[in-house]
Amino acid sequence: MIRRNTLLFIIVLIIFTLATLVVLPVDEGILGKRGVRLGLDLQGGIHIVYQADLSTIEPGEWDNAMEGVKAVLENRVNPLGVTEPVIQIQGSDRIIVELPGVDITDKEKERLARVDILEFGELTTENETARWENELGKWKPATAIVNGEEKGLTSRYFKTNTQVGRDNLGRIELHFEWDEEGSQLSKEITSRLAVNKDHLAIFDGDDALRGEDGRPIAPRVESTIVDRGVITGLTLNDVTRLSRQLNFGRLPVPMEIIYDQTISPILGSDFVGMSVKAGLIGIIMVMVFIVFYYHLSGFLASLALIFYGVLVLAVFKLWPGFTLTLAGLGGFVLSIGMAVDANVLIFERMKEELREGRTLGAAIEAGFNRAWTAIRDGNVTTLIVCIILFWLGSSIVASAPVQGFALTLAIGVVASMLTAIVVTRTLLRLFVGGPLAHRTQLFSPHLGRK
Amino acid sequence: MFNIIGKRFWFFLIAGVVILVCIVSLTTFGLKTGVEFSSGSVMTVGFEQHVDRDDLENELASLGYSNVIIQHVGEDEFLVRLPRLSSKDKTALEADLTSTFKTLNVREFDDVSEMVAAETTRNAAIAVAVAAIGILLYIAWAFRRMPNPFHYGTCAIVALLHDTLVALGAFSILGGLFGWEIDLKFVIGILAVIGYSVNNTVVVFDRIRENLTKYLKTDFEVVVNSSLVETMSRSLNTSVTTLFMVLALLLFVGSAIQNFAVVLLVGIIAGTYSSLFIAPSLLVVWQKGEWGRFIRR
Repeated sequence: MIRRNTLLFIIVLIIFTLATLVVLPVDEGILGKRGVRLGLDLQGGIHIVYQADLSTIEPGEWDNAMEGVKAVLENRVNPLGVTEPVIQIQGSDRIIVELPGVDITDKEKERLARVDILEFGELTTENETARWENELGKWKPATAIVNGEEKGLTSRYFKTNTQVGRDNLGRIELHFEWDEEGSQLSKEITSRLAVNKDHLAIFDGDDALRGEDGRPIAPRVESTIVDRGVITGLTLNDVTRLSRQLNFGRLPVPMEIIYDQTISPILGSDFVGMSVKAGLIGIIMVMVFIVFYYHLSGFLASLALIFYGVLVLAVFKLWPGFTLTLAGLGGFVLSIGMAVDANVLIFERMKEELREGRTLGAAIEAGFNRAWTAIRDGNVTTLIVCIILFWLGSSIVASAPVQGFALTLAIGVVASMLTAIVVTRTLLRLFVGGPLAHRTQLFSPHLGRK
Repeated sequence: MFNIIGKRFWFFLIAGVVILVCIVSLTTFGLKTGVEFSSGSVMTVGFEQHVDRDDLENELASLGYSNVIIQHVGEDEFLVRLPRLSSKDKTALEADLTSTFKTLNVREFDDVSEMVAAETTRNAAIAVAVAAIGILLYIAWAFRRMPNPFHYGTCAIVALLHDTLVALGAFSILGGLFGWEIDLKFVIGILAVIGYSVNNTVVVFDRIRENLTKYLKTDFEVVVNSSLVETMSRSLNTSVTTLFMVLALLLFVGSAIQNFAVVLLVGIIAGTYSSLFIAPSLLVVWQKGEWGRFIRR
């Protein structure tokens, strides 16, 4: 049995070395590709869930519509320069957009889900309510009645061939073409405005589209515009952006934000550092305590604890798709405290066996055997909780922290069982038959009768 | 040797008082629920200059946000609970706060609709219920060879309920005084406490089971008591080590994980108490059919 134990000990050392190689350096490591993927609450970012309004679409077409939305969102997210965006359809009518590590303005956030990019507007008359207001006056959406319905003139009716061009003076222009419905609307509206050569302004959300000089673009309508038109006065940047958005950016259905979590990247990174510090300090306190209480056994348990910590971190790095969240860190830190539990159970048993006069070797074996049922039952109940938490996480919108915690705790629980049973026992067994074996008080607290 | 089981009614009394305080607090202060459960927005905002909570509250009130809850989460850092904010409202709010209190950093902004909030609440409640039932069944199965296996499961559940109630009561008081909220992290914490507390209880029960099979002729009460004493140092030590870790989290990370750490802190203390002084004692009470004594006392 001694030889088998030495073998086990060597295996333990090998695993420890491998795990350490995986974990350090913290960002790369030999076996782990990059660092651990950080959740939104640690690296900052945006997590939005949109609800699509599919009321105007046939049920059979829903999947297509959602795929269309997904494609559009992907295009809109692209220019933001996010490294690992996640855009996923959830259920039948929801989409998740997750942009890690990014800090976008509220305006850009809003733009992600707007149906119409550009809206055309005309000046309001005396008592009408204005939708927009700027230095040129009050504006309302330019509408006309087509097929008995009043519709606003928007870029929804552009064909997908808007392009950048230059006029014969070299100035930048945005060329667009109306589709059928758009043509009708345009004809109605522009012929009406052309009468008095009224202004037609273009609005991008809440602001007017502004030209290079900063003034709103609101040309007078000279004549009726039917098929195609030209917008002049924009900067090259604006025109390029707009043409791309107009070509690829029309959302097939309206979207509403039902959940939004935005975390600033600047401050999220502090947490990792703080958690590491907390973890280290906590471990040191724990180690001091168990060495003080359980003497040499406690020291061996501390070594096992280090093994445990490194092993779990290595698992975090190697587990595919693992994302570390703040709650996950909390779970890991908590599991360190619980990892000690298995060891404590065993040592308490050993204390009793030693008190009854057994030799060290026999006490170790009896201790482990007797403690096993308690370890098993206790940890199984914790695992049940983890499984339920994992389910909860998958069924709600704010899933990341809940699942992160469940997974880290579960990994921690399993690892702590293994560590206590294999590592601590192997280390203890090394002393059996050795020079210290008869000094049983080294291995057990000598509180109470010997 | 301590006679814990003998003094069980004293321990029940203490627990009873604590539970009473919690119930009173819950009925007076109620529970402040976070956005995940009752929809709305919450903003974690930090200021570079010193800002008083009351000043912030007044400023928000002047903007029309009167029923806001503000929780201190760090130095000049606040968790502000608001109704749902549109993009426009949010920008306007930030602009106003910046002009009044100078530079600010919005560390986190969450906006939750009613639909999502309702879903989350329902699922969280289901999760807790399923956890309790799952644990009950597992313990009953693990102790199936004992007489009355369901007693063990039920006593563990009662201990668990005690712990949950204490945690809720604590947060109710903290909510009333400091604006602390029950959010998803609280639910995670409670489930962790449940797992942990049951773990403790099971260890004690395991020892009871072992001793009962060893000492067949001894009185149940005596066996339970000695099992309790035997496992006491283990239970206390494990709780101490776990508490070290939780305290480290609370002291060195704080802010975003603060609520979570406090749930764990309260829960672990309550859980240790219930595993040692409530669950085994209830077993004895049940086995001896002493329920009547509760009323007479």
